[in-house]
Amino acid sequence: MFETLAWIIRRDVTIALRRRTDVFTTLIFFVIVISLFPLGVGPDLDTLRLIAPGVVWVGALLASMLALEQLFLADHRDGTLEQILLAPQPLSLLVIGKVIAHWLITGLPLVIMAPVLGLQYDLSGEALLVMLWSLLLGTPTLSLLGAIAAALTLGLRAGGVLVALLVLPLYIPVLIFGAGAVEATTSGLGGGAHLSLLGAILLLALLGTPLATAAALRVSSE
Amino acid sequence: MQNRLINWFKFSSPATFYPLAGRLAPIFWVVAVTLIAIGLYMSFFVAPVDYKQGDGYRIIFVHVPASWMSMFIYLIMAGWSAIGLTFNTRLSFMMAQALAPTGALFAFISLWTGSFWGKPMWGTWWVWDARITSELILLFLYLGYMALVAAIDDRRRADRAGAILLLVGVVNIPIIYFSVKWWNTLHQGATIRMNGQTSMDETMLLTMLIMALGFWAYSIAAAMVRVQSIILEREAGSTWAQDLIGERA
Amino acid sequence: MSFLDALDMGKYALYVWGSFGVTALCMIIEPLLLRGRLDKARRRIARLNRMESNEQ
Repeated sequence: MFETLAWIIRRDVTIALRRRTDVFTTLIFFVIVISLFPLGVGPDLDTLRLIAPGVVWVGALLASMLALEQLFLADHRDGTLEQILLAPQPLSLLVIGKVIAHWLITGLPLVIMAPVLGLQYDLSGEALLVMLWSLLLGTPTLSLLGAIAAALTLGLRAGGVLVALLVLPLYIPVLIFGAGAVEATTSGLGGGAHLSLLGAILLLALLGTPLATAAALRVSSE
Repeated sequence: MQNRLINWFKFSSPATFYPLAGRLAPIFWVVAVTLIAIGLYMSFFVAPVDYKQGDGYRIIFVHVPASWMSMFIYLIMAGWSAIGLTFNTRLSFMMAQALAPTGALFAFISLWTGSFWGKPMWGTWWVWDARITSELILLFLYLGYMALVAAIDDRRRADRAGAILLLVGVVNIPIIYFSVKWWNTLHQGATIRMNGQTSMDETMLLTMLIMALGFWAYSIAAAMVRVQSIILEREAGSTWAQDLIGERA
Repeated sequence: MSFLDALDMGKYALYVWGSFGVTALCMIIEPLLLRGRLDKARRRIARLNRMESNEQ
């Protein structure tokens, strides 16, 4: 079972690394969005420190959403997806593999980049560390939830916009606890409770969403 | 038992349900109009003026029933989706789709009246209160569902994709609500207490219940008419639909 | 208390009537739209019927 999982992750990562532009567009989008806010709000550091958690998290939300369309699209176009559907291994397992690979390619770079961007907003070292943790626990949930929307809209004309409409309301809990963790740290309350809740949501998502994604994939490729 | 099962499934076919919906719709329209008329009379002439909020509180007689219906309809839609996916009945998906616009309408009414209630009470049109925010998210969920179903041309796929989305949504709603509440208490935002501080008069509660029942009948009537349209639009090529309309013409 | 007195909401007039008015408007327009949609679906099938009977 884990062999299949490892195999599908290795395969997807290898393919993605051959087309490196996809990885970089998400990351560059994230960096640009975060850097735009001070230009809109003004360079006052007190204000920036206040809005930093929300800005970084909304940026991460949008960036990971943009990348979703690619999740199943290439496999759908070249017919690999049909083979995956016919495979003897449980489909939800293969889905988990694809989501993990997707997160490694598009989510992990955001997590690594976020503390650097946090410096633009004059966040303290402690807050940056909590931000790193919150993104590390939160962004996989975003990929898992997003996979459902990506599977439901597979191959539709209005795919991109539709994914946003479907997935953003579902992202709200992650946004609240993710940004809340950083905010609670800067205000001295400590972000431990928020991080635990993010972890709990991640576990729930890991258990539940692959089944929904698998069902959606079957519906979409009938 | 066997007999009853067969009877239920008989109405799960669009061809047999269409005339039934046509018979049910007028009944529920009459019930809805009667109950809403009684409710309106009670909200203006019977219910006493609130000593704290004056006449402004009368808004809750539409606001609260509309909020209840918007949440209730989403649950019913999810229920129809579960039935549809389990028993493979096309009509269940059509029912979910027939209810969606009415549910979204009630979510909108709830937000609109909530905002008109908030302006005189707190001086702003919009407050990021946990309940208002959740209602806004519910409206987004409705819109997402309707957009997804409309975007898929293949009816079978649209039915099923919509059903999966509804089930995912209904599992998420408690988590979303909990997180929004947490966020609200943490930021010490305004918390609306519509019935807590002012002791709820019995006539007020009764008025609200009658209005809620009226809205409920209205939703059923609207869904019945809409499901008839959906059935006819989909089955336009079938003989039974052509025979049915042919007789009338 | 006369009929008109009961409907006078004092300083809340805008808010109360703004809420009830828009709610009423929505709940009148939706049934009318539904009626129109159903009639349209029926007319379409009737037209299909006529086209078929003309062909024969």
